[in-house]
Amino acid sequence: MYLAKIIVTLRKSILDPQGKAVHHALDSLGMNAVSEVRMGKYVEMKVNSSSKEEAESVTENACRKLLANPVMEDFLYSVEKL
Amino acid sequence: MTKPKFGVVVFPGSNCDHDAYYVLKHILHQDTEFLWHKDSSLQGSDVVILPGGFSYGDYLRCGAIAQFSPVMKEVVSFAQQGGIVIGICNGFQILCEAGLLQGVLLRNEGLKFVCKVVNLLVENADTRFTSQCQSGEVLRIPIAHGEGNYFADDETLQRLEDNKQILFRYCERGGTITKASNPNGSCNNIAGIINEAGNIMGLMPHPERAADTVLGYTDGQKIFSSLIESFVVHEQLADS
Repeated sequence: MYLAKIIVTLRKSILDPQGKAVHHALDSLGMNAVSEVRMGKYVEMKVNSSSKEEAESVTENACRKLLANPVMEDFLYSVEKL
Repeated sequence: MTKPKFGVVVFPGSNCDHDAYYVLKHILHQDTEFLWHKDSSLQGSDVVILPGGFSYGDYLRCGAIAQFSPVMKEVVSFAQQGGIVIGICNGFQILCEAGLLQGVLLRNEGLKFVCKVVNLLVENADTRFTSQCQSGEVLRIPIAHGEGNYFADDETLQRLEDNKQILFRYCERGGTITKASNPNGSCNNIAGIINEAGNIMGLMPHPERAADTVLGYTDGQKIFSSLIESFVVHEQLADS
């Protein structure tokens, strides 16, 4: 069994109004050192597979087909043995 | 087939399905049926409507899960063979996720759910969805969405413009396109588009909510009537 940890983020070219709003709130809390906020999604998947390569391939496929929309999102992931 | 048969898809979470059914069946007197999301047949529909709502709770991304429901397999192959498909609001999001229309609907720029009547400029009246309108005409139709901010890359936008695939843009009452009249931050004020072949339309505004005189405005009827009329015209062309 492997654990895949996936992060989906809006692509750099896409405006992130939610991140902007959060940034604004941090700013008003006095955390002026924060210069930008981008929001994203975190997904964990348990993957039944016999090798790390296979688990990575399942994860990659899941990201491409469903978890991220390439028109607006990028993804990155890591896979570890449980 | 002068009278098309309409199929309104019902996903778990659809909430404009009955409005679309009511307008087509009881106001426009068309043969109309509901299609359940688990159906693997379109029951002989000539037009498929993907209605508004929150299919599958809008989980992951709006329309992302619905695109893989059993009925969507049929809808995709129907559309690819030239079948007529309309996606309204959540239906538009589903069409984009399924790759039947280009681009994507992002979170509204102002982050808020916007529910109001908007002015829509008809950009192209030379399609089977808009033939009862005039190019340059302004329609009053409501919107109700949190993710209606149409986005596509520059190349795609240029292609949509060049091919006249943009059917409706948000505008002022007099028809001027302004930033202030854009309720959600959509690129180029885009409210509705068609695919290149002209058989698939997606739009964020709700024509089915502006089609009953009781509600005070009926501009939405023009879109459905255009489509119904197009079947008559096609039949006449086929006969001649």
